[in-house]
Amino acid sequence: MTKKSKRESRRRIFDRAYNVYAFLMFTFLYIPVVVMIVFSFNNSRNNTIWEGFTTDWYGVLFEDADIWIILGTTLIIAIISTILAVVIGTLGAVGMSKAKFIGKTFTATILYIPIVIPEIVLAVATLLVVRQGGIGLGLVAMILGNTTLILPYVFITVKSRLAGMDPSIEEASLDLGADRGYTFVHVTIPAILPAIVSGGFMAFTLAVDDLIISNFLANAETVTLPIKIYSQLRRGINPEINAISTLILLAFFICIGFFLLASRIREGRKRRLEQADDAEI
Amino acid sequence: MTEWIKNPEIPAENDMIVSLLNVEKWYGPVHVVKNMSMHIRRGEFLTLLGPSGCGKTTTLRMISGFEEQTSGLIMIENENVDMKEPYQRSVNTVFQNYALFPNLNVYDNIAYGLKVKRMGKAEIREKVEAMLELVQLKGFEKRRVDQMSGGQKQRVAIARALVNEPKVLLLDEPLGALDMKLRKQMQLELKRLQKKLNITFVYVTHDQEEALTMSDRIAVMNQGVIEQLDTPKNIYEKPGTKFVANFIGETNLFEAVITKKGEIATVGTECGNAQIFGDGIEEGENLYVSVRPEDLRFSDEPVEGFSIRARVKEFIYVGNITKMIAELPTGEDIKFARLHTGSLPEVSDLINVYWNIKDGIPIRIREEKTVTDLKNAI
Amino acid sequence: MVKKISNSAVAEKNKRKRKRKMLSNGILCAPIVIWSFLLIVLPLLCLLFMSFMTKGPMGTVRYQFSLESYATIFEPMYFTVVEKSVFIALWTTILCVLFGYPMAYFIARKGPKMSGVFMMMLMIPFWTNVLVVVYSFVIMLNNSGVINSILLFFGLADKPVQLLYTDGSIMIGMVYMLLPFAIMPMYSSIEKMDKNLVEASKDLGAGPIETFFRVTLSLTKPGIFAAVILVFVPCIGFYMITDMLGGGTSIMIGNVIYNQFTSARNWPFGSALSIVLAAVILIMLLVYTKIGGDLDDLGV
Ligand SMILES: Nc1ncnc2c1ncn2[C@@H]1O[C@H](COP(=O)(O)OP(=O)(O)O)[C@@H](O)[C@H]1O
Ligand SMILES: [Mg+2]
Repeated sequence: MTKKSKRESRRRIFDRAYNVYAFLMFTFLYIPVVVMIVFSFNNSRNNTIWEGFTTDWYGVLFEDADIWIILGTTLIIAIISTILAVVIGTLGAVGMSKAKFIGKTFTATILYIPIVIPEIVLAVATLLVVRQGGIGLGLVAMILGNTTLILPYVFITVKSRLAGMDPSIEEASLDLGADRGYTFVHVTIPAILPAIVSGGFMAFTLAVDDLIISNFLANAETVTLPIKIYSQLRRGINPEINAISTLILLAFFICIGFFLLASRIREGRKRRLEQADDAEI
Repeated sequence: MTEWIKNPEIPAENDMIVSLLNVEKWYGPVHVVKNMSMHIRRGEFLTLLGPSGCGKTTTLRMISGFEEQTSGLIMIENENVDMKEPYQRSVNTVFQNYALFPNLNVYDNIAYGLKVKRMGKAEIREKVEAMLELVQLKGFEKRRVDQMSGGQKQRVAIARALVNEPKVLLLDEPLGALDMKLRKQMQLELKRLQKKLNITFVYVTHDQEEALTMSDRIAVMNQGVIEQLDTPKNIYEKPGTKFVANFIGETNLFEAVITKKGEIATVGTECGNAQIFGDGIEEGENLYVSVRPEDLRFSDEPVEGFSIRARVKEFIYVGNITKMIAELPTGEDIKFARLHTGSLPEVSDLINVYWNIKDGIPIRIREEKTVTDLKNAI
Repeated sequence: MVKKISNSAVAEKNKRKRKRKMLSNGILCAPIVIWSFLLIVLPLLCLLFMSFMTKGPMGTVRYQFSLESYATIFEPMYFTVVEKSVFIALWTTILCVLFGYPMAYFIARKGPKMSGVFMMMLMIPFWTNVLVVVYSFVIMLNNSGVINSILLFFGLADKPVQLLYTDGSIMIGMVYMLLPFAIMPMYSSIEKMDKNLVEASKDLGAGPIETFFRVTLSLTKPGIFAAVILVFVPCIGFYMITDMLGGGTSIMIGNVIYNQFTSARNWPFGSALSIVLAAVILIMLLVYTKIGGDLDDLGV
């Protein structure tokens, strides 16, 4: 065997081993998800041992008004926080890319704090302010806390997109007679839209999942899904929770599916138009 | 070319479209544009030419309103535009990197300015179609801009600016990113467009050849100062300053002093005497004499009035012409071109250097030049 | 018409124009500036303030300056907690980086389109409630769970092995929760790396292994450090994982803080602990930026 082909085959073995490794890692990530789904069909109240197949929990789920209220609370908090974070974060990133004011660097730096300090520190700190500030525990406090937690993600993704954006397209817009407002809506926003969407998506994912901040700032009426789950830990999580988590995952997949489908269709239409153009020329 | 000037200090208002008066620009401690005065005539193709970093872009951006001058006055159509935002000025810009809107297709890019003005749909369509025709991009309406070549993008950028019927079109190195062949082609197209539409172009480039072929007038800039503003022919044949002589084409510069004044003046250089036309030059004045390589002559015998000698050092063959380099006694090199006729000397031969008296261009030292400067500015 | 305008007049006009521009930027910036002061700076100041107060009877706070809370941290009982937390967080970090780096490299090699898909696949467990997902480990690791059943079936053990409620199970849960956050910054720094340098190194005669250690690894150091921060920091504060997979027997700093604000009701002590935690982490960040790390990599 030549030296070269020996090297080739060694490389092929390495590549195959590498693929196996990646496969195993994804298996590690997905086995718990599969277990979660499987155990939503478990015929047992305290969900630690498999005791037979049933779809009852989905039935229970649909009759359990409480769990839907909890899901509603979770979504309301996550959605409002995400909207607030997207709006404030995007405006701030755009404004701070242009403005010069004292404390700008300071503000930009403290916005990293929610990412870099343990969430529990932010949670107790917010708790103190909320208590002292007379806002009281509950929905508003939870929205404030969650928004603070996810705001930096939006801010940073939009900021880095802006840094990579060609500043002259905004100037081109001004040059063509559009004022700053029109330019912001018609040029800046479309240019940073991918970052807004991905930052917002990340923010929403974190907000839906958040336990620590929500737990500290909730009152008895504003139980979210993570809080509910946490409260059940000691006794064993009810398969009903597995069922609703499975449905949430399903909902996410359907949304993503629709999103991909829509963009695929749009791409396709665009391509067809272009081909038509080319044919004309 | 001076007939049109009635009074050199106050230009006829109708002929001026953009005026810069004593404009200064500082970036913090950096003095980027220095006391610049310039009048741009209606319908002309004016080029700002200078090395990179000399302040061309800054000047252009002050006209378009993206930068504010530190002091001085900028007027467009005889109107002070200090308080006008970029979107209120009747000039449009073609950016170096095209700056097309990536989210819009070709049609919407060109229609942008008209949509901003809330023009009717039908009218927009008509104008955009006409523009597409003009820049030869018909049929590309629906094309996404990131799917176009550099040359096509540049045409879209030009169409997008021109569709607004600006009083002045500002172009900042618009062809800088194109390859040589496309560049040449676009140069001709731009020139054609400018003549056809009769719009004032202010064109920025660092490429002297481009400037010479395209412009009606060229402003040669150096370190924030306009060294000379004149027609391409005059810039080339009568460089006003040492910098211009060096920057535009190749030249040989002799540091000299007038030893005998007169219609034909005698100048003394370190290596010997020479002659130039001495119109208005005083005895004892220090100046430079610029002689283009193609105008520099040599002979075996001394020539009347000239006593500069040099030793042949090297021949360089460039296609159909041969360049020759010779060394002066001071150690400096001088360049000869256009040697395709006649017999050539051998390397290390001694030659006598001379030129036709009209080819020795006197370049006078700065402060005595301010009067001509002012005239040229207008 | 060519009258020379005085410089001060131009300056005055420029100033007015600039003021108008500043106003529009100010409106954009105001919300985020106000928000970050009211909900980041102010809370942390409150926390700092609270940490210097004195514990009153029955879970109340006496507003009197004292260093009592900080002194408490050094009591042996809490010191073991700190030790334990650091131990678990350190191991979790090492495991995440060790297992995550090859994954990051694997994904980065796949080209932009596939990379996007893989990165999304990493986040899928987070689309639903990750706590429920992590609870699957309780299901799998308990004494009558899948793993023990397999061990017993094949005769690899004669009685169930204690897998759950150990340091090991805590670490598995932590690694599971934090692995994607370790992979993300490492992926983006591998992505950003100039591939030509790797080629150049090979060209200069270095073997693939030498090239990896000398070039790739050192070029992606900021990504690795970002991963370290993104794993170590939350790990120390995740009280729910310890509750779930540690069975309440092993507690970490997060649990102690949680308890101070709930059952134990000692707010000053909880605050002091939080402040110390935050301070240690800010020092880590300082080091991170000093070695050339980019804070933005923490936010991917
Ligand atoms: N925003 C700025 N801040 C500071 N200095 C600048 C800025 N813009 C340009 N300069 C400096 O001004 C000088 C002229 O720049 P420019 O007008 O872009 O030159 P040109 O277009 O002729 O290459 C350069 O030295 C450049 O470094
Ligand atoms: Mg420039």
